[in-house]
Amino acid sequence: MSSTPHFEQPLLKTPFHARARALSQLERFVPWAGYTTVDVFSSVEHEYFAIRNATTVYDLTPMVKYRIAGPDAVGYLNRLVTRDVRKLQPHRVAYCVWCNDAGHLIDDGTLFRLGANEFRLCTAERQMDWLLDSAIGFDVEIAEVTEQIAALALQGPSSCAALKDFGMAGVAALKPFEIGHFSVGANEVMVSRTGFTGDLGYELWMRPEEAESIWDGLMAAGRARGIRAIGSMALNVARIEAGFIMPNVDFVSAEHTIHTDRARSPLELGLGWLVDFKKGHFTGRRALVAEERRGVRRRLVGLDVEGNKPAHHALLYGDRSGKHEVGSVTSAIWSPTCKRNLALAMLAAPHLQLGACVWAEIYLNRELVWERRMVRARVVEKPFYAPERRRATPPADH
Amino acid sequence: MPKSRRHDAIIVGAGHNGLVAACYLARAGLDVLVLERNSYIGGAAVSRKLYQDFTYSNCSYVCSLLRPEIMRTLELPRYGLQIIPYEGGCTMMHNGGHLALYDNHDALRREIARHSARDAEAYDRYARDVMRQCRFIKPLLMREPPDPTSFKPRDIGELLYLGKRFHAMGEERMYDTLRFWTMSAADFLDEYFESEIVKAHFAGSSIIGTALGPRSPGSAYVLLHHYMGDIDNTVGAWGFARGGMGAVSAALAASFKASSGTIRSAAAVREILVRGGRTIGVALEDGEEIHSSVVISNLDVRRTFLETMQAANLPDEFLKQVRNFKIRGSSGKLNIALDGMPDFPAIPPGSPTIRGDLHVTDSIEMMERAYDDWKEGRWSRAPYIDMLIPSQLDPTLVPHGKHYMSVFVQYCPYRLADGEWTAQKRAAFGATVIDTIAEHSPNFKDLILHAEIRTPWDIENEVGLTEGNIFQGELTLDQLLFNRPIPGYAQYRSPVRGVYMCGATTHPGGGVMGAPGANAARAVLRDLRRAH
Amino acid sequence: MAAPAPSEYDCIVIGGGHNGLVCAAYLAKSGRSVLVLEAAAQVGGAAVTREFAPGFRVSSCAHVLHLMPEAMIKELALGAHGLRLANAAMPTTALSPGAAPLALGSGERGKLVGAARVDELAYPRYAARLRRLARALQPMMSGVPPRLGTDAWSDRWSLLRLAWQVRRLGRGDMRELLRIIGMNVYDLLEEHFESPLLKGALAFDAVLGTNFGPRSPGTVLTLLYRMAAHDGSSNLAQPVGGLGAVSDALAQAAIAAGASIRTDAAVRRISVHEDRVQGVVLESGQAISADAVISSCDPKTTFLGLLGSEQLDTGFVRRVSHLRTRGLAAKLHLALEARPNFTGLGAEALAGRLLIAPSLEAIERAYNHAKYAQFSREPIFEITVPTLSDPTLAPPGKHVLSAIIQYVPYALASGWDGERQRFTDLAIDALERCAPGLRAAVRHAELLTPVDIEKQFRINGGHWHHVDLAFDQFFMVRPLPGAAQYRTPVAGLFLCGAGCHPGGGVMGAAGRNAARQVLKRVA
Repeated sequence: MSSTPHFEQPLLKTPFHARARALSQLERFVPWAGYTTVDVFSSVEHEYFAIRNATTVYDLTPMVKYRIAGPDAVGYLNRLVTRDVRKLQPHRVAYCVWCNDAGHLIDDGTLFRLGANEFRLCTAERQMDWLLDSAIGFDVEIAEVTEQIAALALQGPSSCAALKDFGMAGVAALKPFEIGHFSVGANEVMVSRTGFTGDLGYELWMRPEEAESIWDGLMAAGRARGIRAIGSMALNVARIEAGFIMPNVDFVSAEHTIHTDRARSPLELGLGWLVDFKKGHFTGRRALVAEERRGVRRRLVGLDVEGNKPAHHALLYGDRSGKHEVGSVTSAIWSPTCKRNLALAMLAAPHLQLGACVWAEIYLNRELVWERRMVRARVVEKPFYAPERRRATPPADH
Repeated sequence: MPKSRRHDAIIVGAGHNGLVAACYLARAGLDVLVLERNSYIGGAAVSRKLYQDFTYSNCSYVCSLLRPEIMRTLELPRYGLQIIPYEGGCTMMHNGGHLALYDNHDALRREIARHSARDAEAYDRYARDVMRQCRFIKPLLMREPPDPTSFKPRDIGELLYLGKRFHAMGEERMYDTLRFWTMSAADFLDEYFESEIVKAHFAGSSIIGTALGPRSPGSAYVLLHHYMGDIDNTVGAWGFARGGMGAVSAALAASFKASSGTIRSAAAVREILVRGGRTIGVALEDGEEIHSSVVISNLDVRRTFLETMQAANLPDEFLKQVRNFKIRGSSGKLNIALDGMPDFPAIPPGSPTIRGDLHVTDSIEMMERAYDDWKEGRWSRAPYIDMLIPSQLDPTLVPHGKHYMSVFVQYCPYRLADGEWTAQKRAAFGATVIDTIAEHSPNFKDLILHAEIRTPWDIENEVGLTEGNIFQGELTLDQLLFNRPIPGYAQYRSPVRGVYMCGATTHPGGGVMGAPGANAARAVLRDLRRAH
Repeated sequence: MAAPAPSEYDCIVIGGGHNGLVCAAYLAKSGRSVLVLEAAAQVGGAAVTREFAPGFRVSSCAHVLHLMPEAMIKELALGAHGLRLANAAMPTTALSPGAAPLALGSGERGKLVGAARVDELAYPRYAARLRRLARALQPMMSGVPPRLGTDAWSDRWSLLRLAWQVRRLGRGDMRELLRIIGMNVYDLLEEHFESPLLKGALAFDAVLGTNFGPRSPGTVLTLLYRMAAHDGSSNLAQPVGGLGAVSDALAQAAIAAGASIRTDAAVRRISVHEDRVQGVVLESGQAISADAVISSCDPKTTFLGLLGSEQLDTGFVRRVSHLRTRGLAAKLHLALEARPNFTGLGAEALAGRLLIAPSLEAIERAYNHAKYAQFSREPIFEITVPTLSDPTLAPPGKHVLSAIIQYVPYALASGWDGERQRFTDLAIDALERCAPGLRAAVRHAELLTPVDIEKQFRINGGHWHHVDLAFDQFFMVRPLPGAAQYRTPVAGLFLCGAGCHPGGGVMGAAGRNAARQVLKRVA
């Protein structure tokens, strides 16, 4: 860690920074939650294919981590998130969302149950203000532990094999969303079978002091499995294929919106399956009950867009004339695996059912000449890509 | 004596609002004359050489509120105006600690986290809520406030517009707005922050220029008032004018002259003349009469109606209301020529915050105690200080290697409990301020080449602002919107036909904003059009 | 042996304070089965009469009756239920050590005696105008505050009605109302008067029970609030037997209407299932179910204590936790061997309300200390000597002095333990300056600081308005958005205490409005 003051160097470096910098061919770094991380090492395309074909290493350290513990931890979390935390077994992980009073999404994240009364919450953005205000009246301790824990995502069809090669013999037994603890040499690593790619994959949580030696060990062990460090651009392609949403891309946290009517509910984001109305009270319940009764006016849907030009930021229309606006695209890619032009889009009713057809207005820059295209887009099922191997336990050995 | 020709409009006072109004009228094709009592123009937006080659912005010292639409319409950049943003701001404490505000969000979070990790994140919620309020208020700045007692279609329309904007915020935020406009800055900040220094830093702008303490209800609004400016779409950013604040006036004057306007300085208006219930022009101190059917006063409401007009020409009830309008001197100003850059050990070497506005206080309690002193008719023994050294960024202000420091002091009363201001008391006030700064800068006193010390009394006498109040009237709920300056006369017009107000005394109030001037010009033009 | 009490009611009212009793009485009158649960051994909450020294009784918290609407007294037939007034029109007199007292008279007929000539001339006009403005605000004071931004006609109607009331004032008064409503009382009084004693006395009512000094903007609102809260008659009254007699009459009225009252029955928690109230569980463990639970406790106690934040949303709890609930008024009770002798005061004045608040500056200075968690060195007082009108409160020939003292902070920087005696002495010294010989007559002194009031009357912060009375905690946002119409986010749970609009003082309006809302919902 350098001692350059924060007003000269606002971004922190993760414990993997020296390793990442050594592998970076393009010097393309981006800020993420106060850290500098790699956007692309050498090629988005090759990094992406490593996710779907081999195994990849992604530095997850900037993920904001909170330790939540105390006698009321379960009650506290059950009031915070929309799922029933009582059903989450120790050594298991759950994908969760939490809302404000109006039932609008504040953030999503993964909740790790480390013990009867100890949890870890991982989020893309800082949440302390909300977490602490949510703790009024609960006997619970909340501490941010981001700097105390280094993390790597190991994702791809051969990730399990690579971990076994690395010395984690039992890792193959981990079921999706399960947590295991492994010692490799002198190093202790917590492994969860979780990820943001929709593929087979694991996330490794470790002490920062051990970060470099684990990175080195993994890279050495994985060489034969085609291991490759990836940046966030490749990951973004995989997460859209998997239908996962990103804060500030597919939704803005309800704690940050300035304009009225910009916040989104989990029902609107297609996350209704995460909301448990039967579990008792949680923040936003009353508003969501009312919304459920009313029915949503818009929803995040998957789109299959004609042609092969990603519909970045495209406005969507009900007809080809482009007069009747019905929504807009939040994320878009050309999917190299599905060979489809995919998008996530916030779309107004009644265009929400599968097969519904809308028109996307796409602007193309062709050698500095801009062209406007109106192309057909069809509402399709999400996730766009969901290989069986992501669930198989034990995973195949390649 | 030259024979005075008749003008379409006369503007009394060449302050920035007077000049803005003049520019708009001249651009509409009117023959406009601006009369200024002093030998220089600008009112409180001036650059003055009072010591060798040092240029002091000796009254106003920041230029963040000047409406971008005014700068653009009047082509002020073309006439030489350049606004340069500050690099953050900082509050220094007596224990040697400090809090700096950095532009970079991550640097700022880490900086606030030095004092409280929780506050570092609560800051985002705070910034969001302040921004939500700004978004509601900003469109109101360039509009005439409606008269809620009137049934005129225009007033009803404006009221409906206000209501619609309010309603569009949604239920929850409407309540937030009601609360925000009526809360004290201290209570407001308590809802976000736990660290004393963080609260004190943000509370600073709630007291600048006002006779309120941070615990006075209504001070949260003042906090917002100072936030309402934007520089190049960075809302809340503060900046200064290259060449000092006089550059604003100079650019306005140049824009005005380019539209064939006339400015006469050293031409003090003695009286606004009225015949048969309408104005016929003005009389100068030397007896010269200049005629016009439109006279727009840039002076505050008390000066305009109590000192420049005959009481017989005005309704008694109106005069009573004018006398009741609260204009309170609460701020002092020091302008200091320095032989070099002073050290501030609290600020880490290399921090850009030294080029921002530097504040001295420990806590909201200290600020409130400073206010208690003012209430008792004495200057604060431990004053709140807002200082900056613009010469670091603007080399045109000083000889090479030297520096100019602007020091704004809260609180300093207009009337002292122990009698009138004297030269001796002024010096003692200056010494209190200089000692306070020296507590934070060991070499400060040795560097002082010259210091101009201005009490509210001095500012009133030189600039013509009643009690030296920078807003031409307190920014309290009873003097905002349709209450400003006088209920029923909030639309820039007065009881006398042809007499208008365009100073900060009118909606939306003070700071070098220009909105009152622009709004007043619009009111004048509308009346003229109707008359034809 | 009585039949076992039923374990199911239409309505449960938590807290037998005057608002709780009013609410229960109205609900019972409408045919609901109602149970009032009071934690103390007697009903009354902060409107009680207690023995504070052997043979000496005093209204231990509120000590004059002036805000309760006449209509309510009639509707609930409180007279028939034993309420009698010992003094129906207490005059107000302002005192200042070493100066002649200033008589402000009583109620609307109040005539100013003893002020400067110009002030005596100006006063009637000032008072009449303020009364007109207050009257325009009256529907707002007595009714249920509307919600903003809803489609409900009732909300729109009440906003329109308020606008119409204000509009009806005429242009001059309307402008004046819109101007002064956000102002401070210091400036308002400076605009009108010269006598320091008069200004001090008039400012007193604006700051009494608030966290403000006269220079704080918003104090004209609190003044108008006080004037608008009662239906026109601003008479101060003293019931026979002290304020406890009001509570007793209310309890009788409630019982006569069919309500049951249980004392020594503290509620442990309010039970909820799927965001709907089920009833309450007592400290004894007994569960009692009800369709509606109405809490007269302060909002912090109701929401964070009895309900629990797990039943509420985070944003709402955040707002509850930000409520400013700390009282700044203390109560001093003196058991006197002899009738106190205030300099220059006749018998009628002495039986009235006495103020010690010599000037605006004196009040503001007294307030200064409180801002920094210290008690005022020269506090201000509202004093009554109830034994002059009602000798039953003390042994024959003896007297009781009851005083509200401002400003006395809840959280004293040095803690109250070591300071209680010091402050009591300081207060008695201040009284002695206006009533020479008083100290020698004191047999016993009881001081109730806000901390004591919190403990003895179960009010979080010891604030008699429960929630500080200020613009940002007023009307549509009182006690907080989402609970300002006596309803709460939990279906079937209502508030009816002083924390609700229109606030504290023995007024009963919150109880009555809450009952209306309950009847609307649980029809």
